[in-house]
Amino acid sequence: MAAGTAVKPMTAESAEEIAAREFARVVENHRPQIFRFLLASTRDLDLAETLTQECFLKAYRNWGRFRGESSAMTWLMRIAINLQKDHWRNRRMQFWRHTRTNAVDLDEASEWLPSGERTAEQKMLARERVQQVWKAMEGLSERQRTVFLLRYVEDQELSDIAHSTGLSEGTVKAHLSRALGKVRAELRGKP
Amino acid sequence: MSWKKDTADGTRPNSPIDAESDPVLERALHDFRANAHAWSQAAYGQPRAQVHVARSGWRPAAAWALGCALAAGSLSGAFYAHHQRAAMAARLALRERTAQQQQLTAQQQRAADEDLLATVDSDISREVPAAMEPLAQLMDEDAAR
Repeated sequence: MAAGTAVKPMTAESAEEIAAREFARVVENHRPQIFRFLLASTRDLDLAETLTQECFLKAYRNWGRFRGESSAMTWLMRIAINLQKDHWRNRRMQFWRHTRTNAVDLDEASEWLPSGERTAEQKMLARERVQQVWKAMEGLSERQRTVFLLRYVEDQELSDIAHSTGLSEGTVKAHLSRALGKVRAELRGKP
Repeated sequence: MSWKKDTADGTRPNSPIDAESDPVLERALHDFRANAHAWSQAAYGQPRAQVHVARSGWRPAAAWALGCALAAGSLSGAFYAHHQRAAMAARLALRERTAQQQQLTAQQQRAADEDLLATVDSDISREVPAAMEPLAQLMDEDAAR
């Protein structure tokens, strides 16, 4: 009897430890991707960092309810998308406040390119193209932007995007098509 | 570096969009993906410098000036309204006092007139003989005769 009462708390503790270890692994594996999505979405380093932290805090609190019906990444991405949505909604509500934005401009955002075997001219052209895509992104709706980024930056499958955004695959395709149309028009100089 | 998740036959799985058929778009998307990855990689995990929110000088100054102007306006408005109310009350009180005084004077005048009339009445009734007295006397004498 005494042995039984001694074992029970230990089991519970070890289950908690296992869950914590699992969650730590999830954070380690997916944090960069969530941060990247939020950074590309907001173009604001501080905001992306803050929302990433909030995302994992929320995920940690609800980790017990995650039943593994979708991948952890899809689940986390859904949380991140909702947080981002809430952020913009709150910001719109606070229009009367002097809110300061740290979003970097297009020039700065398009500076980052991997240093491959490219000539100076190729680099300049690539930078110009990237700048045009960033500019086209500004004209996309929130959903179009999210779907576009998940597809072309995060390389997610349509089914995963549909799961993360809560949209049907058909709607995802439609948003993606419109987003690509706008990017194409911007590249051709017809925004 | 390829932005596509290539399958064995080199096509993108589930690709609904004709990005691949447009080389300019494909190139741009490739560069954009590389840019987003490179930027986030560089930014990820970097110690973030504490951002000191530098407030531009003219905004708080303008806010203060506007606030002061509003407060001064409200105060002067309230003071003016109060002053106007006091002046109106004084005017009304004066008018009332004057009316009361006039009423009192009229009352006194009326009383004095009544006294005078009473005095005059009593004086006249005492000194003037009855109008028909001589005739009455004559009639008495005729009757006696």
